[in-house]
Amino acid sequence: MLYRETGQFKTSYSADQAMFPILQDRIGIILILVVAFVGVPMVATQYTYTGLLIPFLILALAAIGLNLLTGYCGQVSLGTGGFMAVGAYAAYNLVLRVPDINILLAIFMAGGFAALVGVLFGLPSLRIKGFYLAVATLAAQFFLDWVFIRIKWFTNYQTNANAPDLVIFGVSFNSPANRYILVLSIVCLMALLAKNLVRSRVGRAWMAVRDMDIAAEIIGIRLLHTKLLAFAVSSFYCGVAGALWAFVHLGAWEPLTFDVNRSFQVLFMVIIGGLGSLLGSFLGAAFIFTVPILINQVPAAFGMPISTALAAHLEAMIFGSLIIFFLIAEPHGFARLWQIGKEKLRLWPFPH
Amino acid sequence: MSSTGRVIGDTLLKIENISLSFGGVRALSNVSFDVRKGEIRAIIGPNGAGKSSMLNCINGFYHPQQGRITYKGSVREQMRPHEAAAQGIARTFQNIALFKGMSTLDNIMSGRLLKMKRGFFWQALYWGPAEREELEHREAVERIIDFLEIQAVRKMPVGKLPYGLQKRVELGRALAAEPDLLLLDEPMAGMNVEEKEDMCRFILDVNDQFGTTIALIEHDMGVVMDLSDRVVVLEYGQKIADGTPDEVRADQRVIDAYLGVQH
Repeated sequence: MLYRETGQFKTSYSADQAMFPILQDRIGIILILVVAFVGVPMVATQYTYTGLLIPFLILALAAIGLNLLTGYCGQVSLGTGGFMAVGAYAAYNLVLRVPDINILLAIFMAGGFAALVGVLFGLPSLRIKGFYLAVATLAAQFFLDWVFIRIKWFTNYQTNANAPDLVIFGVSFNSPANRYILVLSIVCLMALLAKNLVRSRVGRAWMAVRDMDIAAEIIGIRLLHTKLLAFAVSSFYCGVAGALWAFVHLGAWEPLTFDVNRSFQVLFMVIIGGLGSLLGSFLGAAFIFTVPILINQVPAAFGMPISTALAAHLEAMIFGSLIIFFLIAEPHGFARLWQIGKEKLRLWPFPH
Repeated sequence: MSSTGRVIGDTLLKIENISLSFGGVRALSNVSFDVRKGEIRAIIGPNGAGKSSMLNCINGFYHPQQGRITYKGSVREQMRPHEAAAQGIARTFQNIALFKGMSTLDNIMSGRLLKMKRGFFWQALYWGPAEREELEHREAVERIIDFLEIQAVRKMPVGKLPYGLQKRVELGRALAAEPDLLLLDEPMAGMNVEEKEDMCRFILDVNDQFGTTIALIEHDMGVVMDLSDRVVVLEYGQKIADGTPDEVRADQRVIDAYLGVQH
């Protein structure tokens, strides 16, 4: 009933190819955008911005990056944290060594550097697949981790460094609310570009390689070219996310913030959210990010404050079992659940 | 259905003395035949005769150790499958090789990848020329969908389609590339009589309407004899007969190969 398409006639291929062909979806996305850009700034507190919304958006961006590579092109990667680190340190060095560089430009150039590194570590993907490729990308993760901790030049021989003032075109983005708008704009823009990629030729080539590489080759797809493009685009997204994480979220450098745990965290987001779905990247990030916070806050809200140690243990237990439950109940993730829900809503509440 | 009047032209593909072996196993030895423009050419033979290996050589999957393949008048160097595709060779597989996670529409659209010219950044913007290109190709794909009568399943993931329809979608993907030479590896394997008749009709129509040259492997003798202009028979990697269906049917060595020899 809610999702009934009755009466919505598509009379051109253009309408049929649209990003949101169903009216309800179009209304929904506009509502979400209005809430995100206008509604949230009216109610959000400092904590909601810095502790919740900004990191959620940045990790969702990294999840989109990984989803392009793993969900669409079928190349498993455990190097997300490493590629984010490349973005973060590239942005830091650009700002440090290039005088008067625009911060926005530095962030996107950092993505470019991450793309180059991604291509380099994507080269083995022509020969190895599946688990073996995962191990190769894990090597990339450890190598990059080591590089940024051991080679002092990248951190300008300093043990701790602060991010520069976020002033873009004369506008200061230092307040949490402005940071949030900045991150939100970048994420929306890049999500839109990603959506366009996956629904056009590039995306079809990626999915063809994912589903059956032999058949992909006979229709004229160059495997190496296609896989490396996926690595480049994916790493670009991860690199931008890394730069944002350092500049906008942390505001300072923490060497361990891009370690292998970050890679696994983003991979979980993608798997739980749904492989091969951009919506899934957001849902997965929201799940991974909000559940620990809820576990911390809910008992206190009911007047049963628990010790931090107990909270930490509980968090690990509940979180782990939730992941297992979701993988068994719906291996295709939240995005698939949403799909099923939409199918049901077409008829509900009158099933006949 | 208006027939354009089939014209069989000059030689499109010439296979000369091809030999292929894997280690000590000889898959093909000294096989020669040709395919003329516009004809339907069948390759038949018992199991393990080297028919699929032959297609794989034409397609660029295997590189024969000896022999020469001349395509469109020029001798081919060793080539990769995607280069063969760029030269207008498309194929289907014996066991379906579709992209299971994609819809029928996307599968057939992917057959036109080589025809889409807009670069990466245009695609990311999906605006102006990139969108127009996408829509042009969508129209071409819709014509193929109409032709193969699969309108009802265009948005379905192909993994959920029945076998016969999957075979049809695979043919559609090959047709989307508008090939000069279409290689069909057992297009009717595992089909019931009705599905076979449909598939025969599609093959004949493709050949008739688009003038596509077709080389096909098939086990159903009735189908082969009805469809093809000329037949080449392989056994144990060697060519034992070549000619029109009637000639081949009368050939003693072919009868021996299929029915066995009395000792």
